[in-house]
Amino acid sequence: MLAEKYAAQIEKILAKYPDKRSAVMPLLYISQEEYGHITDEGIVEVAAIIGEDPTAVKSVAGFYTMYSKQPKGTYWLQVCTDLPCALKGADQFYADLKDYLEITDDGGTSPDGLFTVEHVMCLAACDKAPMLQCNFHYVENLDMEKMKAHLAEWRAEAAGSKTPKKKA
Amino acid sequence: MTTNGLNIIYRERDVKNIHELKVYTKHGGYEGLKKALGMKPAEVIDVVKASNLRGRGGAGFPTGLKWSFIPQSEPVKYVVVNADESETGTFKDRQIMENNPHQLIEGALIAAWAIQATAVYIYLRGEFWDVAHALDKHIEEAEKAGFAGENIAGSGWSCKVYTHLGAGAYICGEETALLESLEGKLGQPRVRPPFPAQKGGGLYAEPTVVNNVETLANVPWIIVNGADEYKKIGTDKSSGTKVFCLSGHVNKPGNYELPFGITFRELIFEHGGGVTNGKKVKAILPSGGSGPIIEATDEVLDTPLSYEGLSKFGSILGSASVIIMDEDTDIAWVASRVTKFFKHESCGKCTPCREGTYWLDKVLDRVMAGEAEQRDVDLISNVAHNMQGTTLCAFGDFAANPAISTIKNFPDDFKKHLKA
Repeated sequence: MLAEKYAAQIEKILAKYPDKRSAVMPLLYISQEEYGHITDEGIVEVAAIIGEDPTAVKSVAGFYTMYSKQPKGTYWLQVCTDLPCALKGADQFYADLKDYLEITDDGGTSPDGLFTVEHVMCLAACDKAPMLQCNFHYVENLDMEKMKAHLAEWRAEAAGSKTPKKKA
Repeated sequence: MTTNGLNIIYRERDVKNIHELKVYTKHGGYEGLKKALGMKPAEVIDVVKASNLRGRGGAGFPTGLKWSFIPQSEPVKYVVVNADESETGTFKDRQIMENNPHQLIEGALIAAWAIQATAVYIYLRGEFWDVAHALDKHIEEAEKAGFAGENIAGSGWSCKVYTHLGAGAYICGEETALLESLEGKLGQPRVRPPFPAQKGGGLYAEPTVVNNVETLANVPWIIVNGADEYKKIGTDKSSGTKVFCLSGHVNKPGNYELPFGITFRELIFEHGGGVTNGKKVKAILPSGGSGPIIEATDEVLDTPLSYEGLSKFGSILGSASVIIMDEDTDIAWVASRVTKFFKHESCGKCTPCREGTYWLDKVLDRVMAGEAEQRDVDLISNVAHNMQGTTLCAFGDFAANPAISTIKNFPDDFKKHLKA
């Protein structure tokens, strides 16, 4: 249960706002971290904490793209292919990355279950293109050579069963 | 990076480690706040008004005037910092928050004192996960040192500063959508009036000032040095420095803090190292994806950049997110790419924007697939024009701009894609 496991963190979040409803977004992040993605169970728990109807919480989770409605790989790679990045070769980089990881669909996951790759809108790092976010952390000034080194590092991290830096 | 020697915002370029509180205070940090606390709130507003500081988020609205709209009779008031930074090509606020965070905190607290706010909320886009967590630590440090929180600088006045993370929605940069999001709702714009500054229109229905990060980062300097000094920088109508976010086909993309009045030519060639591969510059988006695209003629390249300067070319300076496109760039492709952004980011509240972006994207796809005729291009213009002025917020206008301005200024780029 989120309310028990994250009691101290939740109390701190609730203290920031005069209205508990404002805590819905930070609480959804906690729920996503706990369950790996947004689940019905998590929605019900968040709703109970802020005293709202689960439907209201679900609509918020549905509106914002950083709440994942389905399970992702251990590493969630979000590649910016918006105009400034695209002018610096982001489309090719994105295609090469998917090929390298044997991912066919946008938002697909590599056969080993480690990497989910999707393209996203502008991430405010246009001077450091191509770039991506890995589990919400910026990785910038990329090319495929640098990318392969990062991927090897993350593979090793996962193999060592050291908990990878996650979404919260 | 060359900055003409004047860094009001990016002080880390002059002072190493200015993100650390002890370094910041050693170099004049929080002196502006202390000075402001010795003034009456109305006097602080007067100084900011006199400085001619205008909103750096894109609209260019006079900051002091905005603050003066807050009714002092209301007991609860808020300052909300717009750190949503989501405009295509904009990446200036993140650098401020990472490298000179205390100047933002100080500026926000001066604003809070000026309107007698009870709390400050800094709303960051969700992707600024690491930035927000670092900022939390800086706020905590400032509180411990007595510059935020209880009894600020011994004045008896208290004001807490909080961060709040969004979760991936461009529209939350629109101030009323931002307030909705902060209240835990879908980020969709509100009907105005009431405006955020009015009772009933702001955060939790209380009077609220919403200011961009860069805007507030200017305020400590203005309070310390005075309005007259600030007005010496820039042009008559646009005072101070502006951060130009330079991206696209340039050799040295990045943030350049320069006085208003510099030209695209200086920005691209003196500061940005010129166009990549020695190509010519064909087109410029001066305000990210949302402002009209312009052809890079000599007249455009030599025009002083200011809030007022680009209107003669039918464009705007906005947040000064300058995207450069070289002579090989297919502008029809640009229209298609930017339109996809707006289609994805439309919040869906107003029909002309929700449906319009969908249709623009669909017909632009037809153009890019080589399956369109001239009447399809006319249809794009028609749909786009019918979106403008018909939505609750400016998004509908912004979303129509790429299609309208690309077809108007680069018609040949579309003709190349048409069926014979």
